[in-house]
Amino acid sequence: MTVVTADAYEAAFDAAVAADERIEPRDWMPEAYRASLVRQMAQHAHSEIIGMQPEANWITRAPSLRRKAILMAKVQDEAGHGLYLYSAAETLGTGRDELLDKLHTGRQKYSSIFNYPTLTWADVGAIGWLVDGAAITNQVPLCRCSYGPYARAMVRICKEESFHQRQGYELLLTLSRGTPEQHAMAQDAVDRWWWPSLMMFGPPDDASAHSAQSMAWKIKRHSNDELRQRFVDICVPQAQSLGLTLPDPDLRWNEERGHHDFGAIDWAEFQDVLKGNGPCNEQRINQRRRAHEEGAWVRDAAAAYADKHQAALHTESVEATA
Amino acid sequence: MTATPTTHATAPTTSATAADPAVNATAALALGDDALVLSHRLGEWAGHAPVLEEEVALANIALDLLGQARVLLSLVGDEDELAFLREERSFRNLQLVEQPNGDFACTIARQFYFSVHQHLLYRQLAAGDGPFAGLAGKAVKEVAYHQDHAEHWIVRLGDGTAESHERMQRACDALWRFTGEMFQPVDGLEVDPMALEALWLERVTEVLERATLTVPSGARTGAWAAGAGRQGLHTESFGRMLAEMQHLHRSHPGASW
Repeated sequence: MTVVTADAYEAAFDAAVAADERIEPRDWMPEAYRASLVRQMAQHAHSEIIGMQPEANWITRAPSLRRKAILMAKVQDEAGHGLYLYSAAETLGTGRDELLDKLHTGRQKYSSIFNYPTLTWADVGAIGWLVDGAAITNQVPLCRCSYGPYARAMVRICKEESFHQRQGYELLLTLSRGTPEQHAMAQDAVDRWWWPSLMMFGPPDDASAHSAQSMAWKIKRHSNDELRQRFVDICVPQAQSLGLTLPDPDLRWNEERGHHDFGAIDWAEFQDVLKGNGPCNEQRINQRRRAHEEGAWVRDAAAAYADKHQAALHTESVEATA
Repeated sequence: MTATPTTHATAPTTSATAADPAVNATAALALGDDALVLSHRLGEWAGHAPVLEEEVALANIALDLLGQARVLLSLVGDEDELAFLREERSFRNLQLVEQPNGDFACTIARQFYFSVHQHLLYRQLAAGDGPFAGLAGKAVKEVAYHQDHAEHWIVRLGDGTAESHERMQRACDALWRFTGEMFQPVDGLEVDPMALEALWLERVTEVLERATLTVPSGARTGAWAAGAGRQGLHTESFGRMLAEMQHLHRSHPGASW
């Protein structure tokens, strides 16, 4: 009889990661790898469903039926992304109810960007262009993440996100080329969303708690600062085409580096919002909790109905075979 | 109750979009406004649904209805002018579809009553050769799903827990008085409303009984509920709904979005 030791499992896991093979749900994996993935996927799923709120804020006020349809479809996609991601997390043995409970009790986080308010219609465009743009920059490398179900979910999500990003850009372009009031509305939104979008890549590399281990496990492929720089370089020419200004006097092309230099990010603000002091932290989590609590009777009824009818089906099949 | 004229004059038709002369504007506005207003109400659920699957489902129904509304309103004039620049009294939707969402049971009851009706109506329109046959042929598949979704919830909630049964019954009772209006004749819709009503009652009764619910017994043709919405008489919450929906568009006259 061959005894497979824990060391042998670990060696097989390490070899698979080194060879860029996918780890699948039934494969052995280190507990810390599992925990790290659950944390990251849950945070991602939570961000999708909390992220519905600032945009849903404008569904009932969308200024044309075409824009209303686009926005509703986008918010619906986000609910769909939440579903894929909770399902992907479930393959690691943690169910949606448990993860939602952690969200509702503040034990798991969602992206801090959604703690900023959507004050005008142009914010819908700025979120599409900048926030979805930053998310895509972060997420495209996740399509090659070492954990199979997460990587596959991300392929689908990234396709939809890039569609949203183009829609946001097009919305801003329409405003920028519209009336002076519309142009000002677009500029104001970009002024407010630019810096928080840069913060979406997380703290600088030397201050990032989970980065090194995630890189070694190939959950993460590029550092926070690398991705942030890539995003800035993409946005600068796009802002020019939009006819809008990015609110950073230090933003300029650096010939030597082959990248744009940009100003210092206010990490004190980032930490403050993360701690719960952003403009909408309480509002977002309260709405989520309220929806969950007010929906409890619906979920209970569905479960009760399913139980009753499963029992009935069981009785029928027993009678049929008797 | 004074009926306002139900002709082309009630809708602004100043836009470049050519109205199809074969289409009866009264009928197109009635169907288009039903879809527009119900879609808006369903859109209010975004971020508030009881379970993630329902976020997807309610948005899906809202999007289908919005798509139908856009086609129907475009038959009459410019869709955005019609949606955002008409006053409350010019809307031709049923009072049923403008009723506030209430709890999930109210939303489901409203959807159930409406979708059963819309499915029967669109199936008939699709089978005919009138101006709505093409649209109805496409929409009837969407509406079949809306009906199926609503009926499943009627049954689950009716036959779920004591609380869900009570809420579902209350919602069905409360909206009952708005259902008579669906069977008032509409100028330009070549269907037999009485035949439609008989089929509707049959289906509604069948589903409510399956859900262990009681078919409501109240009046369905009260003075304000019977045909009032079609004549531009609405309920109080509708004005606030429009205020929210139209505010941004109206704040920037002539702007493109």
